[in-house]
Amino acid sequence: MGNRIGDRIIKFASLLFASVILVLVAGIVYELIKGSGRSLAKFGWGFLITSTWDPVNKVFGALPFIFGTIVSSIIALIIALPLSIGIAIFLSELAPKKVRIYVSLMIEMLAAVPSIIYGLWGLFVMTPFLQTRIEPLLGKHLGFIPLFQGPPLGVGMLAGGLILSIMIIPTIASITRDIFNTIPTLYKEAGFAIGMTRWEVISKIVFPQARSGMIGAVMLGFGRALGETMAITMVIGNAPVISASLFSPAYTMSSVIANEFTEATSKLYISSLIELALLLFIISMLFNAIAKLLIKRGRFTQ
Amino acid sequence: MAKKLIIEHLNAWFGNVQALKDINLDIEENGVTAVIGPSGCGKTTFVRCLNRIHEVVDNAKVNGSVLLDGENIYSNMMDPVLVRRRIGMVFQKPNPFPAMSIFENVAAGIRLNGSKKKNEIADRVEKSIKMAALWDEVKDKLYKSATALSGGQQQRLCIARTIAIEPEVILMDEPASALDPISTARIEELIQQIKERYTIVIVTHNMQQAARVSDYTGFFLLGELIEFNKTSDIFTNPKDKKTEDYITGRFG
Amino acid sequence: MNSFSYLKRRILNKFMLFLSYGSAAFGVVILFLILSYIIIKGASSINLDFFIKLPKPTGETGGGIANAIVGSFIVVGTASLIAIPVGVMSGIYLAEFGKNKFAFLIRYFADVMNGIPSIVTGIVAYVFVVVPMHGFSALAGGIALSIMMIPIITRTSEELIKMVPDTIREAGLALGIPQWKVILFIVLRTASTGIVTGIMLAVARVGGETAPLLFTAFNNSFMSFRLDQPISTMTVLIYNYASSPYPDWNAIAWGSAFVLIIIVLVVNILSKMFTNTKYSL
Repeated sequence: MGNRIGDRIIKFASLLFASVILVLVAGIVYELIKGSGRSLAKFGWGFLITSTWDPVNKVFGALPFIFGTIVSSIIALIIALPLSIGIAIFLSELAPKKVRIYVSLMIEMLAAVPSIIYGLWGLFVMTPFLQTRIEPLLGKHLGFIPLFQGPPLGVGMLAGGLILSIMIIPTIASITRDIFNTIPTLYKEAGFAIGMTRWEVISKIVFPQARSGMIGAVMLGFGRALGETMAITMVIGNAPVISASLFSPAYTMSSVIANEFTEATSKLYISSLIELALLLFIISMLFNAIAKLLIKRGRFTQ
Repeated sequence: MAKKLIIEHLNAWFGNVQALKDINLDIEENGVTAVIGPSGCGKTTFVRCLNRIHEVVDNAKVNGSVLLDGENIYSNMMDPVLVRRRIGMVFQKPNPFPAMSIFENVAAGIRLNGSKKKNEIADRVEKSIKMAALWDEVKDKLYKSATALSGGQQQRLCIARTIAIEPEVILMDEPASALDPISTARIEELIQQIKERYTIVIVTHNMQQAARVSDYTGFFLLGELIEFNKTSDIFTNPKDKKTEDYITGRFG
Repeated sequence: MNSFSYLKRRILNKFMLFLSYGSAAFGVVILFLILSYIIIKGASSINLDFFIKLPKPTGETGGGIANAIVGSFIVVGTASLIAIPVGVMSGIYLAEFGKNKFAFLIRYFADVMNGIPSIVTGIVAYVFVVVPMHGFSALAGGIALSIMMIPIITRTSEELIKMVPDTIREAGLALGIPQWKVILFIVLRTASTGIVTGIMLAVARVGGETAPLLFTAFNNSFMSFRLDQPISTMTVLIYNYASSPYPDWNAIAWGSAFVLIIIVLVVNILSKMFTNTKYSL
């Protein structure tokens, strides 16, 4: 009889621990909404479209941060997407087995490097390089485009987008590679057999088959970029500016929370920062959910 | 008859495992050559070496020569992509491109050759599907997904796809092994119909099939070519004891 | 055969494949660039004092990060103490009893939790722990990190327990062993190598986190072993010292980054070797 009790105990105990997850998530959502209450009541939807962030006069608008977050993530995606697909093609279609193992390992290591280390490297190595070499060059030759106007500061939107792109490459590349690997060889061979080049096999057979999974991988990468904090805080310049120039400093939602939360003095100030966190939470959750769905559907099954 | 393919000292490896050992064999133009042998004997590897698709696999190596109309397809001057357009292949499992319609499956190979007029492509698609004896079954659903067809229809679609690029040689790797008997009979019938226009090499584990469809038969065992002769001779009067054991069903 | 169009196709093929090789090379080069800077700049600021001394006040040279190393271990240890039981037990529930709607919900919530940006986790732990306790604390930091660890450990445990073949469960039950013993002593043991690896990876992952600690564990210039007091951690220390204008402090940030990355990479590579040998057997 003791054993039946044992069975029940383990079922009940494991259920209890699993419920912790439920309670935690419910608690997180509740606290974020409750914490944002003051700001929600005061500013309403206007919070999203106001570009003033003035703790002294207690006017808080999130627009520059939303702009900074989204634009830096889009830049990251524009840079990371082709590179990630290239890496995925290399790992699943081109590399000999021995090379593949080591390159895979290195891409995984790139994913394991902590955000703060990307930030440190970005701040001391990448931004000076951008300031002295890349940005003057871009400004000189492409300066007629508003994107490349303004003084080369090093820190700014371009630096933010670049560091984020390095950080999301492993995510997009490894998921895309996994999806490529689910596509059976026999379809690729059919392509070779009718005289396709390797690139044609990849672009005409592998890509269409992997499309929804690749979109999922991109969304997951984008979601990561949106929520990323430390690295981008250290290189984006942290000024609530909306500028067309990539050289201009900017500010993201996560960065402003990281920088100002401990110094926020008024309740409304804190509440506005928590509302930013709530926004980040909602956006990340959306992107993650859609991405997971697409990736699951994107695996080749027949 | 002329010799379409001359295979000399062909060796193939997967990593360190040798799959083919010094194969020498001539394939007659406009004939059907069957390749038989127990599983793992190298017969599939053999045909995969004939259109250089063997080397697509990681770790695969080949040496020796395969002369197509006297030209070595393994010479440095030859581009495997062009070789594969002259030597088409039908695989063991039907593998129509899953993301394409029936029409697109057949048109894909034609389009590779650069921009062509729409009606010209449509004509060639129709001609190829007709030649593969599939037209009546699919003419009303050309733009439906190819994966909706039955296994036998899919395989005939793959044959149409191969015919569409107008190859000189068609390699068939156990094309009927995944099909039911009726579909198998249709594929065999089809081989008989198209053999005047193409040189066909067919791998099969089914000896009756080899006897029914082929003019020449090669028997492979453990990566070696044991015996090669006219089909009628191989089945009535095998010269090698191992061939005899195999066709009389003593092993395999 | 139209040879001009084929030439175009061949050039496109070569070009695209070249880009693919280039992308892979880019990934590898970036990794080496980052690692080499951390190693060169970091190793030069490391000596014995670095590990056993406390940070010196502004203006004085020397000093170490002993308090931050100890702090990181305390915070990550606290997080593990909370997250490992919750994660593994939830994994058991999902794998062994998880064919119902409630389990589906748990799985979904674990995924949601996994996707929470780390800075948001920091805010949540601030509201959960710092506000009621009226102050920053190592405990709050540990709880923040545990929120990140729980979903990772849950899903890895679930997957690894599910990989244990049913025949093993049935063999145990057929011997008259009660289910709870089968789960705890047979199934869990079979999956244990993988679960331990998963836990190691989760620890390495949260050990490198900074954002959740900024307003939970906060910072402390002195050695502290107390859970109810603010505590220094390596990651927050890197952030503070990197943003400071003093080259001496920047050097300490590089040194700490060196220590951190060595730990993270060693754990990652070890766990890789661990799983590889396990599955290749």
